[in-house]
Amino acid sequence: MRTETADQASDRCRRLATLVRKETWQILRDPSSILIAFVLPLILLFLFGFAVSLDANKTRVGLVVESKTPMTEDLAASFRASRYFSVADAYDRRSFEQDLVLGRIRGIIVITPTFVRDSVGRFGPQIQLIVDGSDPNTANFVQNYVQSTVSNWAAQRSTELATPSPAIRIEPRFWFNQELTSRDFLVPGAIAIVMTLVGTLLTSLVIAREWERGTMEAVMATPVTAAELLAGKIFPYFVLGMASMTLCVLVAVLLFRVPFRGSIFSLYLLSAAFLIPALGQGLLISAATKNQFLASQLALITGFLPSFLLSGFLFEIRSMPLPIQWLTTILPARHLIPSLLTVFLAGDLWPMFLRSIAFMLTVGAILFALAARNVSKRIG
Amino acid sequence: MWWTRLKALIIKELLAILRDPKGRIILIVPPIAQLVVFSFAATLEVTNVDVAILNRDSGRWGQELVYRIHARPTFGRIFMVDSPDALRSAIDMQQVVAAIQIGPSFSRDIEASASADIQIIFDGRKSNASQIVAGYLAQIVGELAAETPAGKRAAPVSVGVTLRNWFNPNLNYKWFIVPNLVAAIALLIGLIVSALSIARERELGTFDQLLVSPLRPHEILAGKVIAPMMIGLVHMTIFILAARLVFSVPLRGSLLLLYGSGLFYLLSVIGVGLLISALSTTQQQAILGAFLFMVPAMLLSGFATPIENMPDWLQPLTRVNPLRYFLVIVIGVFIKAMPWQEIVSNTIPLALIAITTMGMASWLFRRRLE
Amino acid sequence: MDTFVRLTDIVKRFGHAPAALDTVSGSIRGGQITGLVGPDGAGKTTLIRLMTGLMLPDSGTVHVLDLDSRQNPAGIQASIGYMPQRFGLYEDLSVQENLNLYADLRGLPKEDRQAVFHELLTFTDLSRFAGRLAGKLSGGMKQKLGLACALLRKPRLLLLDEPSVGVDPISRRDLWKMVEDLAKQGVSVVWSTAYLDEAEACDCVFLLNQGKLLFTGAPADLTDRIKGRVFKLSGVEGRRRLILAKALDRPNVIDGVLQGEAIRLVMRAEEADGAPLEVASLGGKNAKLMITPPRFEDAFVDLLGGGPSGHSKLAESTKMRKAGDAGAVIEAKDLTKRFGDFTAAKDITFSIPRGEIFGLLGPNGAGKSTTFKMLCGLLKPTGGAGRVAGFDLRRDVAEARNRLGYMAQKFSLYGDLSVSQNLQFFAGVYGLRGDYRRERIALVSEIFSFAPYLEMSAKDLPLGLKQRLALACAVMHEPEALFLDEPTSGVDPITRREFWSHINGLVEKGVTVLVTTHFMDEAEYCDRISLIYRGQSIALGSPDELKARVASVDNSDPTMEDAFIALIKQQDQASLA
Repeated sequence: MRTETADQASDRCRRLATLVRKETWQILRDPSSILIAFVLPLILLFLFGFAVSLDANKTRVGLVVESKTPMTEDLAASFRASRYFSVADAYDRRSFEQDLVLGRIRGIIVITPTFVRDSVGRFGPQIQLIVDGSDPNTANFVQNYVQSTVSNWAAQRSTELATPSPAIRIEPRFWFNQELTSRDFLVPGAIAIVMTLVGTLLTSLVIAREWERGTMEAVMATPVTAAELLAGKIFPYFVLGMASMTLCVLVAVLLFRVPFRGSIFSLYLLSAAFLIPALGQGLLISAATKNQFLASQLALITGFLPSFLLSGFLFEIRSMPLPIQWLTTILPARHLIPSLLTVFLAGDLWPMFLRSIAFMLTVGAILFALAARNVSKRIG
Repeated sequence: MWWTRLKALIIKELLAILRDPKGRIILIVPPIAQLVVFSFAATLEVTNVDVAILNRDSGRWGQELVYRIHARPTFGRIFMVDSPDALRSAIDMQQVVAAIQIGPSFSRDIEASASADIQIIFDGRKSNASQIVAGYLAQIVGELAAETPAGKRAAPVSVGVTLRNWFNPNLNYKWFIVPNLVAAIALLIGLIVSALSIARERELGTFDQLLVSPLRPHEILAGKVIAPMMIGLVHMTIFILAARLVFSVPLRGSLLLLYGSGLFYLLSVIGVGLLISALSTTQQQAILGAFLFMVPAMLLSGFATPIENMPDWLQPLTRVNPLRYFLVIVIGVFIKAMPWQEIVSNTIPLALIAITTMGMASWLFRRRLE
Repeated sequence: MDTFVRLTDIVKRFGHAPAALDTVSGSIRGGQITGLVGPDGAGKTTLIRLMTGLMLPDSGTVHVLDLDSRQNPAGIQASIGYMPQRFGLYEDLSVQENLNLYADLRGLPKEDRQAVFHELLTFTDLSRFAGRLAGKLSGGMKQKLGLACALLRKPRLLLLDEPSVGVDPISRRDLWKMVEDLAKQGVSVVWSTAYLDEAEACDCVFLLNQGKLLFTGAPADLTDRIKGRVFKLSGVEGRRRLILAKALDRPNVIDGVLQGEAIRLVMRAEEADGAPLEVASLGGKNAKLMITPPRFEDAFVDLLGGGPSGHSKLAESTKMRKAGDAGAVIEAKDLTKRFGDFTAAKDITFSIPRGEIFGLLGPNGAGKSTTFKMLCGLLKPTGGAGRVAGFDLRRDVAEARNRLGYMAQKFSLYGDLSVSQNLQFFAGVYGLRGDYRRERIALVSEIFSFAPYLEMSAKDLPLGLKQRLALACAVMHEPEALFLDEPTSGVDPITRREFWSHINGLVEKGVTVLVTTHFMDEAEYCDRISLIYRGQSIALGSPDELKARVASVDNSDPTMEDAFIALIKQQDQASLA
């Protein structure tokens, strides 16, 4: 065991401090760092805040009332009044069929002439719904909203006709997000993706660039140790990732009015835990490729796309095939996103947070161990 | 004469992309992997989700409801819990998407023809999944309600909906996602290949070599367009075959129209790529530029979410997005057998985008020479 | 302990390629400048990296300052200074920030800093630029800054990897002076270079070729081996390129190059005494053959077993263009290029008749590349006119391009394409078709012996073959004018001679050549030279004329480099006055 003198320790600190300072200057002067850390996140956040909305409001549908009676008119009126639909009227369903093919409307609601007659019959009144199945997602929404509009109408009529209310009433409660605003979960989810961009894409690009430009070699030939070199890279990008996360949270809360019910402390703790594997991945990629083009491609394929698609952010993990479900467990973003959503929408929930943090740190430790093996002070 | 030159150029472009093993891997593996992973993973269908039930009713109706939920194949595991706390924590920890609480008087109320209530808690953090699960549960409960004494009496006023799903009767999600991927992946490939082409030659110093040859600027551009076009067409063909043979998506419209409009689509995508290439001096800039175009193009295309759901001020922005038009065309040709007039009217904007971007790229490209 | 570095039987391999270093042994002493000399790919960089401890040998040992690079790389790194290729500077940090960074990394005590920075900035003459970003410095300034960073904590061993690449002769001289001062103070300096003239200035050289150590010792020990065998043939009558080719055919001549109006020849050892007279007769009646001091390059070629023959099959198969017609093939008239308010080239005028080699010489950033690029149509001139083969570069640029061949500075063919695909591509781009195309490709393949390599990726070729391939692609369409941009930097002297024998042969057939170069002895192969400085042509004439212009009492036989530096200094004084 060698003991370290106070001098050596202070040398160590000074070297680390200077590496951090150098990296900071570079970040501030390199437009592509600013682009990836601040501009791209804002663009992503705006797109998720505005463009991607899973709430179908004002879906265009065609409405055909084939025989006019007060009753059918009443039903038609409730469709027109619905906030989910933007209704076009016609007398003949054939005039809508073309529109359906062309995608101008998403469905045709037909109130048939037999509607009134059926309402006194054995099987109850029927309406017809023709939906554009080419987009199954929208088709499902149209179907659900038509169904619920019709049920509401029927319930209302029932009370008017003084018949008993439906036998079983469901009291649905959507916890944490009563209005089911998709923005409220899309925007926090986008924050996780933004941190992947900074932690993995940017980090791998800058380190690969140092290899390409030969500065890595010059620094390595100084008394600096491999650990200092790694720490000197990680620390600034860690701070940058946190800064970019903070910016996103501010935009989310102040501009998009996403509720924030947890504590700032848990938000930062979770983000910090997430950045460890993200940075580890960036380091590993750059050490393995030493080439900016390959590094960026790998970062996109192994970092950005999976955190987008396989993290449970947009698509339900439980509904994916089993092998893909297994694959998701090694993705840090998959562990961050539920906790992040919880911090925003539900509040602090420590059992959940601690589990995610443990997962992320484990993945991080493995990635760092791999990266450290690659970034020993050796070239070639 | 010009043909000899152009042919040499096209062959070179193809070889430059395909001869390097790393380049080949980048071009082949990720798209196939994306097609496979996306088409299985990227589904908004919700199946196999877990629910929790707290049944405090001892009568037969409560039992019946639990039984019917069990019988539904759409649910994964069903946890029977015995306290409201357990129910709450199952939701909190996201073990389940929905938690159903059946009150102690449930069966009694039904038998008494009084209104029987059940409480369902959904996880609002997964708003999409919980909404869909709410639909499933409402249906189960509705069916059960119809069989209760009160339900039988109230039957006449319940309105049925006869549903017909055109084009895709079973709402098979793959029929939607796979044709869309044909368009999206062609965007990805076309953009990366063309955006990098000039930037890379600049960095390697081979661009000067081209410029001092008798090739004219428009011939160089033509070579840079045709080679990625060919690669894009091969990719499209592979994906169309995969859609047909592996994923069994019907192909109802005319293949000729699909390829015809696909040609213009690729032209417009490559035009954007060349524009990015002409604007950037290094490969890094070209990569970032391509990325900066790609992400918004995907999100503003109607792929992730219908364009009519976007705010009004954002919708005009989608008009300059080639993917938007081609999505209508692929879906139209694959499963809607869309009439040719409509395909053409969606191809015209693609041609306009192609002309504009290529024009700008070639202008920039000539200006850079000075 | 005078031995600073001890290398014992070092072997280093990368992949399946032949060993990058093959059983290299030797020692490097303190207080000396040791040159690692050899062409690109000889193993110089690998050897330096082994000395830094950043790379380990496959077998053998490296001891630096008595530390084993396997056991204590950190100890080595604490006491050396290292400047990698491209200088290892952070281009987005300023000069001062780069110095601060390396001072911290090397643990330079705070109290010493001001003094050391001051000393180094004065030493390197960079004080005025302390606040400038390193990326915005010229090549020479970057090199000095890189050196300053390596010197921050007065290393005992200073390793410099190709410090003179991309640096003009003036900065190079400054650097030499600095390094000599350091050596006097006891520092051991290792300087790697592909420029053989630099070797002569070293105290000791390691001559490397293809991973093998050919020679170690004082450079004079090597040149002494051929003393008395190197001759200068002056006063030749007739076409001196033809005479050179004939001389090289003689069995007793093992090497020869042009040197201005004269021809420099190296004789075979056993025949150095009798033969010269017979060779002299090649130059005509008035030719004189005189013994001249040998150069390092002469000795290197001798060590490699002599240069190639003077015959160019390429030239032999090229059809004769009628020489001596009045019109110039390449013509520049008041060529001017401005970028914003910066004038990169101003009123450049010259005309090159058929069958002449014309050289553009000048420091980096002086405007020689700009001039060159305007004449081959890569840049549009702001003013003035350029013509190639009679075609105006503004109006008939495509016609002009059909008639010129171009070879770029660094290897710039398509590395991912195979040799035959590159040939096919360039044949196609120049519109060669049918039988003619097949013939030309077969011909160059035969001349340059590409047969075994046809399917290999161009980027994996050895440097010498890349060089040949680039030339083959540039001449396949039988251009009237050849544009060569630094055509032979970094290649070994044998390949260089082969290259020039082709060029000389083509010129004899009436091809016209415009060449930019850094190599001063390459400049002497030209018929005429234009010296470009600060965007203007400050001198134009044959190499001998330019040298004669600066001849003085102290230096009666100046080298091309002396001429270069003197002419630029004259210009500086003139502009000050």
